[in-house]
Amino acid sequence: MMPELGQVALILALLLACVQAAFPLLGAWRGSPALIRMARPAATGQFVFVALAYAVLTHAFLVNDFSVAYVAQNSNLTLPWYYRLSAVWGAHSGSLLLWVMILNLWTLAVAIFSRRLPEAFAARVLGVMGLVSVGFLAFMVFTSNPFLRLLPAPANGMDLNPVLQDPGLVIHPPMLYMGYVGFSVAFAFAIAALLGGALDDVWVRWARPWTNAAFGFLSAGIVLGSWWSYAELGWGGWWFWDPVENASFMPWLVGAALIHAQAVTEKRGGLRAWTLLLSIFTFSLSLLGTFLVRSGLLTSVHAFASDPRQGAYLLVLLALAIGGSLLLYALRAPKVAGGKPFALASRETLIVIGNLMFVVSGAMVLIGTLYPIIGDALHLGRVSIGPPYFGPLFIVMMAPIVLLLPFGPFARWGRADLREWKRVGIISALAAIFGGGLFAWAASGGMPTWQAWLGGISSAWVFAGVAQYAWKRWTTVRAGRRYPAELAGMLLGHFGVGVFLAGALLTNSLSVERDVRLAPGQSAQIGSYRYQFDGVIDVRGPNWIAHQGTVVVSQDGHRVAVLHPQKREYSGGVVQTKAAVSAGLFRDIYVALGEGLGTHGAWALRLYDKPFVRWVWLGGLFMGLGGFVTLLDRRFRVRARVVAGDDGTDGARAAPPRKLREAGA
Amino acid sequence: MRPLRRRRIILVALILGAVALATSAMVYGLSQNMNYLFTPSQVLAGKAHAYRSFRLGGMVVDGSIKHDQHSLLVDFSVTDGDHTMPVQYTGILPDLFRANQAVIATGRLRDGVFVASEVLAKHDATYMPRELKQAMAQAHLKHHIALPAAEAAP
Repeated sequence: MMPELGQVALILALLLACVQAAFPLLGAWRGSPALIRMARPAATGQFVFVALAYAVLTHAFLVNDFSVAYVAQNSNLTLPWYYRLSAVWGAHSGSLLLWVMILNLWTLAVAIFSRRLPEAFAARVLGVMGLVSVGFLAFMVFTSNPFLRLLPAPANGMDLNPVLQDPGLVIHPPMLYMGYVGFSVAFAFAIAALLGGALDDVWVRWARPWTNAAFGFLSAGIVLGSWWSYAELGWGGWWFWDPVENASFMPWLVGAALIHAQAVTEKRGGLRAWTLLLSIFTFSLSLLGTFLVRSGLLTSVHAFASDPRQGAYLLVLLALAIGGSLLLYALRAPKVAGGKPFALASRETLIVIGNLMFVVSGAMVLIGTLYPIIGDALHLGRVSIGPPYFGPLFIVMMAPIVLLLPFGPFARWGRADLREWKRVGIISALAAIFGGGLFAWAASGGMPTWQAWLGGISSAWVFAGVAQYAWKRWTTVRAGRRYPAELAGMLLGHFGVGVFLAGALLTNSLSVERDVRLAPGQSAQIGSYRYQFDGVIDVRGPNWIAHQGTVVVSQDGHRVAVLHPQKREYSGGVVQTKAAVSAGLFRDIYVALGEGLGTHGAWALRLYDKPFVRWVWLGGLFMGLGGFVTLLDRRFRVRARVVAGDDGTDGARAAPPRKLREAGA
Repeated sequence: MRPLRRRRIILVALILGAVALATSAMVYGLSQNMNYLFTPSQVLAGKAHAYRSFRLGGMVVDGSIKHDQHSLLVDFSVTDGDHTMPVQYTGILPDLFRANQAVIATGRLRDGVFVASEVLAKHDATYMPRELKQAMAQAHLKHHIALPAAEAAP
């Protein structure tokens, strides 16, 4: 009975989503308060039923109800309970349910925190989110139902894809989806503003905390994904420019542009049309990412669906969402007024340049990701495009951003003080050359490559800029006002850029990766580390058996780590490498088992020395943390209900404490 | 010119310049970094001659895998049903590499042997690279070689 209950709950949720999409939008258009008031109850109701469906599917996994086809395909009796919980989103239809579940979480949050916004505006926002929900719920109900029965029920299920049986993978998809789907809020705000026709900048302040939260989640999700592929796939790299990684990276790039553009629009009224467009782009790229990953077009661990009907449905959904919102934009955006004028040397200009580079690099990633798919469809041959395309272009496109980053906070809105820029530039350059140079020299043991130089120098350049601005606030502003949340978030995010630069460039330059053949008792020397192989034994886990190696790592005769890499064979028969990593802030030691060779217990081993690799993820986490800290800013709390505008639809500004705005970031 | 208009022109010029630069960089990058996929038949027919580096796709021939006794050198052959091609690789093969499985190797041709710098195997028991499946479909039809259960939707 239970799965049918879930099925009914999904259908009811779909109906409520239709209500949430249709009536509030209609009400806001016709000025009918009764229809407008339907937005929140419909959203709450939809949340309840989606949550019910989600709980039913989780329950089916927990009690091993293999009469549900989806459970039978992705779980079995020996799977530990925590992986049964995460198996809910381990394949196609369940991950869609997670998508919709998270969309509903965001919708519920908007419904709760939008009570002080103008009713008609909030109704439009919720209506647009309802529309998105209709699209995905209908997709689930009609093409990817997770509650389909499998009768007669098998005695045992297959298995969750072993690649997904990892703690990192338990939290990676929810985090990533929180980010992806979170951009739907910024999108809904932008569409609501376009629909309302009142194209002033007040909606941007309401949208900013949501956008920053989504950016924070997406950063965390990407970091987790990168860390997982490092630890789990046994390749030891942290980024592969894999199409699936790119799918999550594109919304991040454009989202980074969006949070900066929103700041300009909110504070100066400038770039209004651009901010609207970026809001549409960011969510469109999130949808495109979902489409690419879920349609089966890409060949990767993530590509579950291979039913062409599902891909076609998603493509139509994508075309409707992107086409519709861009059409609306084309109709309404020309009416958008410009903001305050700004000089060539101003914070606006810096943000415009940064925005351009973010969007252009997003386009670069998009072209590189889509080209093989389009080329294949047009019979231009089957090509793959790899790191040699993405890597150098990305570095070139990010260079202007890194170069201008120290100046950004110092640049005043409207017109910047060039003498101050000069001082900041000189101090940062000195810090970069001496501090960064010393850092690169020390980190690489006296022999830096050009990448190590670049890593040390560019990160020191960014750190110096951040430190100078933090110092300026410390010395010129009185205690308590120095670091409002928005400014602190900006500093944290920019600090993260520096950490990331150091990590990415140093680890790429200094890592030593060696594949060796070792018999028990033999050892290999890599850099200053000695890896001694002590043979392989058999071990047994809940749903796998494994060959487990023992590798003793020592430095100058002192034991540094004892590592136990595994080669697991899961009950489904799939073999999976489990690398063993000794993690450290300044270096990781990484050992993976290759394959058994010959009869004397010799094995192929993959031995890595990875300095600074943790900094890559730390940097990403700081950037995400910056987003979360920013949204705590007091300015973003809408205190009193906003006075309704003259057309009864959109409000005037919410009277924020203006002086903080001028002083702040 | 009024300052506002001049500023706009500078801004537009900046944007156009950046876009033009980026586009040319992308086109150049793409043209340099495309790796085409060929099957052994296509390679033997000379289709891959124009490319220094390309990808070779096919099934690993049963009994062809030979490990060197002192290093990580391994030799094997891949087939598309019509023709077979020897492959040489130094390093650790992926978990899912075994006989009668689909693989894609990246590398270059040297004296009739494909020297691979990277070997990818299919990801799980029911999955086969889509592009490879298409490239091999005809050969398989001709020779009645069973495809792995690639069509079964997991």
